[in-house]
Amino acid sequence: MLKSRWTKIVVFLLCLVPFSRLVAVALAYVLQPDLSGGLWHFWVPSLPPNPLDFFTHLTGDWTIRLIVATLAITPLRQLLAAPDLIRFRRMIGLFAFFYGSLHFLTYLWFDKLFDFHEIWKDVGKRPFITAGFTAFVLMVPLALTSTKGWIRRLGGKRWQRLHRLIYVTAVAAVVHYYWLVKSDVRLPLLYGALVAVLLLYRVVSSFRKRIRQRDAVAPPAPVRV
Amino acid sequence: MLILKRAEIPYSEVTPKDVYLNRRKFLAAAPAAFLAARELLSPRRALAGARLNVALKSPFSTTEPVTSPDIVTHYNNFYEFGTSKDEPARYAKNFRTSPWTVSVEGDCAKPRKFSMDDILKLAPLEERIYRHRCVEAWSIVVPWIGYSLSVLLNLVQPTPKAKYVAFQSYWDLGQMPMARPQMAGIDFPYVEGLRLDEAMHPLALLCVGMYGEALPPQDGAPVRLVVPWKYGFKSIKSIVKIKLVGGQPPTTWNMANAHEYGFYSNVNPEVDHPRWSQAREQRLPSLFKNHPTQMFNGYASQVAGLYAGMDLRKNY
Repeated sequence: MLKSRWTKIVVFLLCLVPFSRLVAVALAYVLQPDLSGGLWHFWVPSLPPNPLDFFTHLTGDWTIRLIVATLAITPLRQLLAAPDLIRFRRMIGLFAFFYGSLHFLTYLWFDKLFDFHEIWKDVGKRPFITAGFTAFVLMVPLALTSTKGWIRRLGGKRWQRLHRLIYVTAVAAVVHYYWLVKSDVRLPLLYGALVAVLLLYRVVSSFRKRIRQRDAVAPPAPVRV
Repeated sequence: MLILKRAEIPYSEVTPKDVYLNRRKFLAAAPAAFLAARELLSPRRALAGARLNVALKSPFSTTEPVTSPDIVTHYNNFYEFGTSKDEPARYAKNFRTSPWTVSVEGDCAKPRKFSMDDILKLAPLEERIYRHRCVEAWSIVVPWIGYSLSVLLNLVQPTPKAKYVAFQSYWDLGQMPMARPQMAGIDFPYVEGLRLDEAMHPLALLCVGMYGEALPPQDGAPVRLVVPWKYGFKSIKSIVKIKLVGGQPPTTWNMANAHEYGFYSNVNPEVDHPRWSQAREQRLPSLFKNHPTQMFNGYASQVAGLYAGMDLRKNY
């Protein structure tokens, strides 16, 4: 099933569901339709009282969820013996970047009205913005080099090393979330725990790999007679 | 054959816009009997949603457009009922606000317990349309109903020892299962405080209703404070205790994070919250944070005198 072309299309469409809600809410603001019934009601049960909050939270939530999802691919491939999961990693990563870009745009446009002087001050002065900005900026080279051509140009090893930047993005995203909430830190801690487990898995597995390699290379201990 | 379907509400029955906009006149005429009838019909939630008999309109009211009640009742910070803005509307639905008593005590000559009936009768109810500015940089315009807090305070006769007023919200894990520090990140019961002269200022409102009706639970039923020149969290909800005290009382958000939330918390566009600018606000339901924030939320001419000579950057 993981090999099927259809699975990929299904995952693609699933990743678009939150975006479709965003578009529906935006349209509902503009068109002011009757939301009490039909398809409108299904997609937009009621107009969110604070549209800026709604856009910010929806895009932010899905960015961090999809970042966690891309980080989960490698461990899941190994633990479930399902190597074909790799087929979805790039797409999920690019969707994380897509929602991250919308999140950033929401801030630039609706919150800061493209006042770049203000924005630059914010990035330097407010730690949670610095963290969020870092998380986003580090995703840019990953999105740009996500194509087959770039993997070839950089060579597998170098490409892989570059793409480890996603670990920094994931940590920065969690820190951003933790620092921005007013007092209820339950959700940021949950994402923090997930990222910690996924990164720890990598540390442990690379450590074990190194031991295995060393054992394979080291000459057998001399036998004393 | 063409079959015309009748619209569910004919236009002849729709409230004309001028009547709707002249809500205040309409309220003044609404019979007090209506309130009594509502109380008889639903004794458990005697007040929520009941029409209130508003006798006066206030010179303190702003003429800015009033925010839709739908927003004011579905976008709430009331951590006792959940930390998301949409949760209070859902989880406070069955909040029991009757019977209700407010105990006024401490450094006063005539401490007293007030029932809600008492509170509703202490003074004629006024409608006051105030700007309400949240520390999170969004704002709304609400037609609150109530009267100056000073009416109540004068009744108990504060002694010269009284310098501050401490307020306490209702707290009951049975009705508010989410009101735990480990879930909300703040301590309970919610407490707030004002200097006595701030509390005695005529703008400080003891509020029992909004939009012509008794307060809905998510907006702080049955009785709350509204201090329009301060950030919203100072306007404590569902009050059960008011105490006159000699020293500055502890306040919930200040205890949670003293660096970000001061005792005074006057609206001030020049003093940023450590994590965001307070220079502009979002007037809901606007998508843009493009509304300039005014000093003391636009009430500077009335209240700036209370803070003469004070460093507002230090006393944030």
